[in-house]
Amino acid sequence: MELTTVWFVLVAALFTGYFVLEGFDFGVGALLPALGRDERERRTLLATIGPVWDGNEVWVITAGGAMFAAFPAWYATLFSALYLPLLAILVALILRGVAFEYRGMRDDPGWRARWDAAIVFGSTAPAFLWGVAFANIARGLPLAPDGDYAGGPLDLLHPYALLGGLVTLTLFVTHGAVFLALKTAGELRVRALRAAARVGPVAFVSVTAFAAWTLTVRASAASVVAAAAAVLALAAALAANRVRREGWAFLGTALTIGLLVVCLFAALHPAVLPSTLPTGDLTVSNASSSPYTLRLMTWVAAIFAPLVLLYQGWTYWVFRKRIHTGTADADHY
Amino acid sequence: MLVAVLQTVWVRTGDERYLRLTRFYGKLFLVNFAMGVVTGIVQEFQFGMNWSDYSRFVGDVFGVPLAIEALFAFFLESTFLGLWIFGWERLPKRVHLACIWIAAAGSTASAYFILAANSWMQNPVGYQVDPDGTARLTDFGAVLTNKVTLVTFPHTIAGCFLVAGALMTAVALWHLVRHGTEAFRPALRLGAWVTLAAAVAVAVTGDTQGKIMTEVQPMKMAAAEALYDTEQPAAFSVLTIGTLDGGQEVFAIKIPYLLSWLGTGDTHGRVEGVNDLQAQYAAQFGPGTYSPVIPVTYWSFRLMIGLGTLAAALALVALWSQRRGRVPTSRWLARASLALPLLPLAANISGWVFTEMGRQPWLVFGEMLTRDGVSRSVSLTEVLTSFTAFTLVYAALAAVEVRLLVRYARAGLPAPPSGPAAPPVTPPGTLPAAFAKEA
Repeated sequence: MELTTVWFVLVAALFTGYFVLEGFDFGVGALLPALGRDERERRTLLATIGPVWDGNEVWVITAGGAMFAAFPAWYATLFSALYLPLLAILVALILRGVAFEYRGMRDDPGWRARWDAAIVFGSTAPAFLWGVAFANIARGLPLAPDGDYAGGPLDLLHPYALLGGLVTLTLFVTHGAVFLALKTAGELRVRALRAAARVGPVAFVSVTAFAAWTLTVRASAASVVAAAAAVLALAAALAANRVRREGWAFLGTALTIGLLVVCLFAALHPAVLPSTLPTGDLTVSNASSSPYTLRLMTWVAAIFAPLVLLYQGWTYWVFRKRIHTGTADADHY
Repeated sequence: MLVAVLQTVWVRTGDERYLRLTRFYGKLFLVNFAMGVVTGIVQEFQFGMNWSDYSRFVGDVFGVPLAIEALFAFFLESTFLGLWIFGWERLPKRVHLACIWIAAAGSTASAYFILAANSWMQNPVGYQVDPDGTARLTDFGAVLTNKVTLVTFPHTIAGCFLVAGALMTAVALWHLVRHGTEAFRPALRLGAWVTLAAAVAVAVTGDTQGKIMTEVQPMKMAAAEALYDTEQPAAFSVLTIGTLDGGQEVFAIKIPYLLSWLGTGDTHGRVEGVNDLQAQYAAQFGPGTYSPVIPVTYWSFRLMIGLGTLAAALALVALWSQRRGRVPTSRWLARASLALPLLPLAANISGWVFTEMGRQPWLVFGEMLTRDGVSRSVSLTEVLTSFTAFTLVYAALAAVEVRLLVRYARAGLPAPPSGPAAPPVTPPGTLPAAFAKEA
């Protein structure tokens, strides 16, 4: 396999990791006021992601870094084209991260309510905007002959992109609800299962519609298979959720998210950013770094990526227990 | 890292004072770290968003240290810090201690890679420019061992320790003066010694860095000194007043030979001036202005050195004031402790302003002008929106952060773990955990 293909797959894998992991963080954040009826419950909900959300977020930094190093032209065009959505995502992530850390630092209901609002905004906005961003990549952008974005901010908001936003939002909320069912107990767990059952069908309809629409925009054999598998996995997740098998349901929603990312990237390849103008696409070959850089980066990734998986996996193992409201576990978080 | 030291002392000696200090300073650290975490993403994204032509030009070289920083350092830092924050009861003592050390190592590694990236902009090495106009990496070893990186890294890390040491000293001093809290004495000593050692390290590395800069970016050092005409031997300016546009010197007090010695290691060394360098660069790169805004570089350079020195002097006074078990009571000292952490912080900021402004008009020295690196597809309105949004968000969060820091610094140490008011394992409100219920 060519190194450019290896790096295309790696960037896809990093985004997959990011959406699968941070997806449930976003879901938990968005569901905070809906599921947590009092302060103790809200603290329990946040405790489920407390030790891991920051590590999950590094996946997107690494995805950005990998894109920069391996495909500078892709990184440059895409990030400047998606200027305003990315700005909103950054501001939202800043507010959300600080809110996680600061909300417990003062014993004042008003203080906590303000940070809770920041958590809800900071989780909902990126959950929606990442869908908008990726739908735009799949659909392609108007590119000038020098490879720069030739459109304006409003060109990014068309029905397909908005549907993409709805997909990530509802899918992440479902994913988060199922995750909460897996990590909490008693009344909270039941409420989380119910939330998943309520949002899940909306996610199912939008995922199915989006997958079909994507395949009409561009498709490859692999992307058709991935799209079908994504829809099936979500159906299975919702079925498992109905019979309160949240472990299987979580696996299902995680697979759905992963398969959707695979579907988009498989449809793109060998383009990385298609042009909607006759200027020609950015592809794995014309957007990539030199063979020397790619070889070097491949070594770095081969050494460190398995290590990251190992110790992040260990973190999840350390904090594998369900969190019971009102116990030391929940109150300490 | 200082928190890690405190915790290590506790684990090794079992002295509960150090556990209380670990928890106390750990909390201050986390208040601050929360801001560091979330602003890191901005750094990684902004090159593509605001500097897309720059990204296209340098991605092959510059993207590499950035990607390694994320993959190697950020993951370590964030994952193990999460384990540390939430692992007090869940992990064995030594494993838990290892977590904060690994997180600290991750932060330090991250500083190395981001400084390697920055130093490449200051002094590009290990690359060639291809016919299509992009820079191509030819020797990554050269990028990692760039002489600017090798000196900037210890200089920056020492600067960080200067701030950390000063903060630790300041809070301990305040409590010792105001409340006579004996438990803070070890922290005061550790903090003050770290501040002093860091100050020496900053000075030594800064001196080396000055010499390297005189060699690789003579314009920056000439601008630091507002030295307009080449001198041999060159005098160090104590105070230079120039015209408002920074184009000319009006009045100056100088120490003869000193600049030659600082810049070249020889009291009779030749130091080139702004005007001569300008002529030289114009001949080399074509017509244009190749000097930075001189009043900014001149004053930021002086503020950096002056404020850093003042911080070290204050740390020395603090250490002296508590010699042989004395409890300082001077009101003046309590007041000084409030200024102490701000001085090295301001010095660090001045240092960055100096080194980045001093490189202007270059984005990559000798290769790309700042104005050629921007995203052409991004409109002025978008940039203004982003600038305003970040300014507002950062300003608001900074205000919140400072208030929280002051609040926790003032609250003082958590109750002793064996005390009657606190449960045996974790006193309420002392857990640095993100969502901890407050006492």
